[in-house]
Amino acid sequence: MIPPLWMFLTVAAALFSIGAFGVLARKNAVAVLMSVELMLNAVNINLVAFWRFGETAPSVIGQSFAAFVLVIAAAEAAVGLAIIIAIYRTRQSVVVDDVDMLKW
Amino acid sequence: MEFNFLDSLPAIAPEFGLLILAIVVLALDLYLRGDKRDNIAYVTFFGMAALALTPIIWQPEAGSTEYWGGMVRHDSLAQIFKVMVLLAGAITALIAASTREFAQKGEFYLIIIVSALGACLMSASADLIMVFIALETTSIPLYVLVAFRREDKLSVESSMKYFLFGSFASAVMLYGFSFLYGFAGTTNLSAIAAHMASGAMADNLAPVLVAMVLIFVGFGFKISAVPFHFWTPDVYEGAPTPVTAFISVASKAGSFALLMRFLVEVFPQGIVIGGQQVEEFWVGLVIASAVISMTVGNVLALSQKNIKRLLAYSSIAQAGYVLIGVAALQAATAQSVASVSYYLFMYTFTNLLVFGVVALFTESTGSETIADLAGLSRRNPLLALSMTIGLLSLAGIPPAAGFIGKFFLFQAAVEANLEWLAMVGVLNAIVALYYYLVVIKIMYVDRSEDDDKPIAVSVPGRMMLAITVTATLILGIIPGPVFDWALEGASALFEVAAAFGTLVF
Repeated sequence: MIPPLWMFLTVAAALFSIGAFGVLARKNAVAVLMSVELMLNAVNINLVAFWRFGETAPSVIGQSFAAFVLVIAAAEAAVGLAIIIAIYRTRQSVVVDDVDMLKW
Repeated sequence: MEFNFLDSLPAIAPEFGLLILAIVVLALDLYLRGDKRDNIAYVTFFGMAALALTPIIWQPEAGSTEYWGGMVRHDSLAQIFKVMVLLAGAITALIAASTREFAQKGEFYLIIIVSALGACLMSASADLIMVFIALETTSIPLYVLVAFRREDKLSVESSMKYFLFGSFASAVMLYGFSFLYGFAGTTNLSAIAAHMASGAMADNLAPVLVAMVLIFVGFGFKISAVPFHFWTPDVYEGAPTPVTAFISVASKAGSFALLMRFLVEVFPQGIVIGGQQVEEFWVGLVIASAVISMTVGNVLALSQKNIKRLLAYSSIAQAGYVLIGVAALQAATAQSVASVSYYLFMYTFTNLLVFGVVALFTESTGSETIADLAGLSRRNPLLALSMTIGLLSLAGIPPAAGFIGKFFLFQAAVEANLEWLAMVGVLNAIVALYYYLVVIKIMYVDRSEDDDKPIAVSVPGRMMLAITVTATLILGIIPGPVFDWALEGASALFEVAAAFGTLVF
């Protein structure tokens, strides 16, 4: 027996909120990147849940959307980590607050 | 649906060409040695300029416009934005070729081409999956380009800010997409609109609005509208100037095309959910964002010392002006879409002109400070004149194209009964005129110790100036042909919405 749709959506919403909070509150750039990944995973839970409970069952569009999200999230993480490494090389720190040469 | 490769090819001809061009540039980067490497930039320039002709040669057919399994749309609106993006890429290649730093960097041109590919697809997307892929294909290369000077603290810092804001914004937008998919059970934009219009969502106003706001946040980031503009000044200042030039036009043009498509196709006029007109909500969002963007952009620009930062705030304000035209979509007049397309078309050349001059100036003096522009009219009169034309166009002074562009936008607003919004735009244009004129005054009136040191401009730099200055003036004097084309794009956009009978046009 599968739990009802609203449970999946609630989990996804919670995950999304935790991710959004992490992006806004965490100081470490790597942690911010992880939080963005959490948000993207919330999207994936939404997509797959909507696909499973949707009326157009023979279609695989929700699944393929989720697969694309995974692949692009990986590409984004690769570039993001490269940028964070470049930051570390120029300032020996990945704390977002230390990266503050550009203002106003 | 019968699939025919040759029939479907015109819909993605520019993208297909860009892919081949990317491979060619990659191969040239591998094999060319020494001075011959200068040719990479020219190959990129001529390749992209030639590809800009394909949307003009292969005009879309009337009737069914969805190709490649409903992923992309082949209509005049997509065509005009593709031409903008391709020309922006071509001119960016010239700007880069005129700097010692990038002239021989093959990978720089490769990444520009890939990003332009994404921006082209963005303007043609007809499916949520395609929208997402196109957005990321544009953005991810731009994150890399901003960090291109990887030993430079400012470049890397601005790239990190761009990346963290950008990935956050696209995650938020994607969450909105997942809801749209959930409502309609399909990712095709027109099928989603048909579902909305069918009344199946009649009792679910709140979820639809949540999805709409989430998606608007994502677009607001891409077009650097206030309050999602925080990255703009830092990225514009920190990024290498050719990259800044490209970001300020290509990804912005693609995003505005997508924004209009979304608003007209997915949340069209006349859809009533829970007793409320859905369009009232997004028109409200767009108007609010337009007013704040113009005001904040112009006011903060007044006190800037760095020319790139000044242009960043100016581009935030310019996004606000364009949003006036987007808000005028509420009246579903062809004028609204056409004025946005026309404004972005002329903005592409004008902004590339201004950033091109900044790149040439920085190349020979190493300075980006506004005060150091003093005496530019004596050090290189042509450079100063080009900059003046560009700034006057941004300010909206005839005969430069910016005047006609703003005129069309404000006219669209008046036709949509938004006279007060047009007034806010005009008042803001007056504030903006001040800081543009200050730069011109510094170039022509102020004296500097280096007055007798001329600034040399390389061959690609001269080509870039010739193209952008000519285009800025011609678009300002003879706006007819491009505006007619933009009107065609507008009717193509409204035909799609009219197909569901939700729109009387």
